[in-house]
Amino acid sequence: MEKSINVTLKIWRQAGPKVKGKFETYKLDNVSTDSSFLEMMDVLNEQLINERKEPIAFDHDCREGICGMCSMFINGHPHGPDGEITTCQLHMRNFKDGETITVEPWRSAAFPVIRDLMVDRGAYDKIIQAGGFVSVNTGGVPDGNAIPISKVDADEAMDAASCIGCGACAATCKNGSAMLFVAAKVSQLALLPQGRVEAAHRAKLMVAKMDELGFGNCTNTGACEAECPKNVSISHIARLNREFLSAKFKD
Amino acid sequence: MWLIDSSIGRKFIMSISGIFLVLFLLFHSCMNIVVIISPSGYNAICGFLGANWYAVAGTSLLAAGFVIHILYALYLTYQNMRARGSEQYAVKKNQNGVEWTSQNMFVLGLIVFGFLALHLYNFWFRMQFAELTGLHTGMFDAADGASYVKALFSSWIYCVIYIVWLSALWLHLTHGVWSALQSLGLNNKIWLPRVKVVANIVSTIVILMFMSIPVYYLLGFGA
Repeated sequence: MEKSINVTLKIWRQAGPKVKGKFETYKLDNVSTDSSFLEMMDVLNEQLINERKEPIAFDHDCREGICGMCSMFINGHPHGPDGEITTCQLHMRNFKDGETITVEPWRSAAFPVIRDLMVDRGAYDKIIQAGGFVSVNTGGVPDGNAIPISKVDADEAMDAASCIGCGACAATCKNGSAMLFVAAKVSQLALLPQGRVEAAHRAKLMVAKMDELGFGNCTNTGACEAECPKNVSISHIARLNREFLSAKFKD
Repeated sequence: MWLIDSSIGRKFIMSISGIFLVLFLLFHSCMNIVVIISPSGYNAICGFLGANWYAVAGTSLLAAGFVIHILYALYLTYQNMRARGSEQYAVKKNQNGVEWTSQNMFVLGLIVFGFLALHLYNFWFRMQFAELTGLHTGMFDAADGASYVKALFSSWIYCVIYIVWLSALWLHLTHGVWSALQSLGLNNKIWLPRVKVVANIVSTIVILMFMSIPVYYLLGFGA
């Protein structure tokens, strides 16, 4: 059932990385409750362009919850008040008529603001580059069923691999810690035979890079898991701790 | 040194020192409960500990555990505040399932530490310290722990202060115990809820044993 609402938007505007930002308030009328949050942002930008104003810069790409680009801190939650979805999957039916919606960029020392709601999440890419891969030696491809993998491990690895690297975990963490992201990336590979070989080395390299980039120390609050659009479990953090500690003790 | 340089290394030290302190609390609370059952038995334990070499060695180790736990807490908290960045969220809401204690461990730790100073003055200064230095810092014999306990808790204000202190410690432990195991990597999806239950049981037992003493005196049984 389509309905339209009027909303007030308090949006963070910042012209560049070094410029001081501030909130601007915009009024948007007749927003369809069937539209997605990003569609609403498009309509707002259209309105701003028609008024000869600078449109709001925000990250987005696939708009179906798998690329991890859309990053908005909406009304106190990364990806908005609804659970287990990304900003692009958030619908305007989650908001009330006349509601004031506050939209902020990810705020974390390791994710500096580029412009408006866009932040530089290159730090996550650097962590992946440090060790989040499997070194492949080319050669004959073995039969897929030659190495049996238990259902439990396969499921656990797939759950970890559902991480889209959006940065909500570090953005919501009171410690600015990226542990859930790193743990998911270490787990998805360490649980499977191909990735198992380099698991200890990988954990050391990725954790070292994470610390170097200025992410905080995990204190097990679980806020990351609660806000993760893919519901990645903090039990992966325990696995990362285990991998890292056993690797260090073996050295 | 990875125990200082890496985040997981620092958390490892935090966990190990925390678990050590929890084990000490278990011992301390078991010892304390004796004062209700038998004051003379409690004094025998006080005499057994006192200024003997093993008690002094134990106390030194314990002090080192506290100092390490506190120094690492300060360092971790400082780093975490820096990682959070200078800009704060204008609107930030808490999530379901995130315990208040887990976000306020440092504050709870500060409260516990503040009362700890008072507690050391109330008992340690008048007992082990008096025995070590030979000074008379209290009104009773240094090994007469039961009299000190009775004298202190004859004041209801002290009973209430200790109950408040122990409540803060309980909150600190309910998060601390399972968090220590998680940081050591001794956790998985199945054990996560179990570990939390174990943590709650351990911390509740410790605190109930401690708390029974001021409550016992507050209700007038020890008079």
